[in-house]
Amino acid sequence: MAVLSAAKVRRKISDNLLAYAFMAAGLACFAFFSWYPLVKGVILSFQQDNFVVPPYWVGLDNYKALFDDPLFYTAWKNTLLFTGLALVFGFVLPFFIAVLLNEFRHFSGYFRVLVYLPVMLPPIVAVLLWKYFYDPGNGLFNTVLRGVGLPESQWTQSSGTAMISLVLVSTWANLGGATLMYLAALQGIPGELYEAAELDGASIWQRLRHVTLPQMRFIMLVLLLLQIIATMQVFIEPYALTGTSNPDTITVMVLVYRYAFTVNNDFGLAAAMSVLLFVVLGAFSALYLRLTRSGD
Amino acid sequence: MTLTAPPRTPPGVAPAPAPARRRRISTSGTASRTLISAVDLQRHRKLYFTVLGLTLLVFTLVFLFPLYWMVTGAVKSPAEFARSTPTFIPESWHPETYATAWTNMRIAKYFTNTVFYATGGWLISLLVDVGVAYALSKLKPIFGKVVLGLMLASLMLPAAALLVPAYKTVVDVPLFHVNLLNTPWALWLPAAANAFNVYVLKRFFDQIPDDLLDAASIDGAGKLRQLWSIILPLSRPVLGVTSIFIIVAMWKDFLWPLLVLQDPESQTLSVALARLSNTSQVPPTEFMAGLAIASLPMIVVFLIFQRSIIGGLSAGSMKG
Repeated sequence: MAVLSAAKVRRKISDNLLAYAFMAAGLACFAFFSWYPLVKGVILSFQQDNFVVPPYWVGLDNYKALFDDPLFYTAWKNTLLFTGLALVFGFVLPFFIAVLLNEFRHFSGYFRVLVYLPVMLPPIVAVLLWKYFYDPGNGLFNTVLRGVGLPESQWTQSSGTAMISLVLVSTWANLGGATLMYLAALQGIPGELYEAAELDGASIWQRLRHVTLPQMRFIMLVLLLLQIIATMQVFIEPYALTGTSNPDTITVMVLVYRYAFTVNNDFGLAAAMSVLLFVVLGAFSALYLRLTRSGD
Repeated sequence: MTLTAPPRTPPGVAPAPAPARRRRISTSGTASRTLISAVDLQRHRKLYFTVLGLTLLVFTLVFLFPLYWMVTGAVKSPAEFARSTPTFIPESWHPETYATAWTNMRIAKYFTNTVFYATGGWLISLLVDVGVAYALSKLKPIFGKVVLGLMLASLMLPAAALLVPAYKTVVDVPLFHVNLLNTPWALWLPAAANAFNVYVLKRFFDQIPDDLLDAASIDGAGKLRQLWSIILPLSRPVLGVTSIFIIVAMWKDFLWPLLVLQDPESQTLSVALARLSNTSQVPPTEFMAGLAIASLPMIVVFLIFQRSIIGGLSAGSMKG
């Protein structure tokens, strides 16, 4: 440091000031709407806050209240069920669709546009449109079922089929993204690998199992994590299709919304629930970031 | 691709057919070798075209038909729309339903709101995130790495976890003590705090050689001038993709606008549609028109920029 002349030091300071001037707006946005709310959320979860009286400290009371609320367990059970079902459809299906589309030598542009089209719709539009399809009376789905002589379903209005109905619309609206990512990854697999496997007498199934699958392992893991993170925060589907008070489909996010904005106006309770969700999802997010950024 | 019968290659004679096959693939001009070889596809081209045809049919039915239903449902008469055996081609023709919805449901108002929010959010996000990315990439201030790390750490936060405290922040912004509820700032400022945009922009700026900037600096260009005249023109592709993703995200967002825009006058199209769907005042055909109008801008954006969108998605899926 001693070698630096006073002019150089002054230069360095002014350079840094300029750099931070460029970042000032960004730092403010992150500070107010990302970093501060994170701390605030944890503090809030230990406070009683309902907009009526100034917030005061209540220790672990919010967490105790959560564990005493039967809806808390219902919400977690439903969320896990939704995530599980969404994985069965939304994780496996795009992989096979991508493998199939990758073999076609015709219409490949059309297929790509087609599967991604629903992803471009505002999610609420997709869900509200399907609400008409799910109508147990004259809805499209029951009309088709009647037409082919199958028994009709109550779809979102029966506790047996409500959750699967939410998963179906969610899968329709979202699988395009994963499909296109798989397609991009499939195109990166060197053709020589298939060539070599074929010369060794591997059947199509064996090539899929021993060439495609190992080559896709990384992207599959990434998409698996992304999907778990996204589906555990499911909100729009239950909010618009079955309402925020239906115990068959109440999810963690719906319960947070209920606690804070509809029934209780209890922000402390909602914050405690958010903190628990964050702890669960944080592990998945950290793993995801480690995987995708391990390069630098 | 030609459909002439492939030269029959006797099985078991490995070295001979290999060059022939390679030549065929390169001359056919299609993508590289996939799971099934070009030779096999040609040998079983009946099966190939059957599967292709079936897939075309099923995929069009699954992914396009619902949109067709929405667009044509709006032009049916309410009586036809409610019929128990639906008509696949509308018998009655009322395109004026779209105009009615535009005025009666006040779609015009919500549409304008959404366009305003998306445009403003796009400008502000780009301005803020380019500033951060430029400083971190080219000016390299002290603690720059810490700042980037803290921003990237925010990617770990699921949006849902911040919902309640972020709402509290918007209601009463610390230090300033202003209430941003029902104002565009409640959407714009949180949207600008987007670590993913900062990261993508910074990665692109990193690839621009410093020599270019040094040369400009010798010619007397200040830092702002260097950003404006050298970095930004060279970054058009990444700015384009980032812009599309910001605008699409703002248009599609639902939960956050639902919380911070409670005044119907200030609502976005998505939030307003959800609210209207719970009232029985709107005829279903008009509601279909509303859904179609809300989707149209995104579909147009997609059809125009599909290359960038699909390309950006594929690039984003690879190692970051």
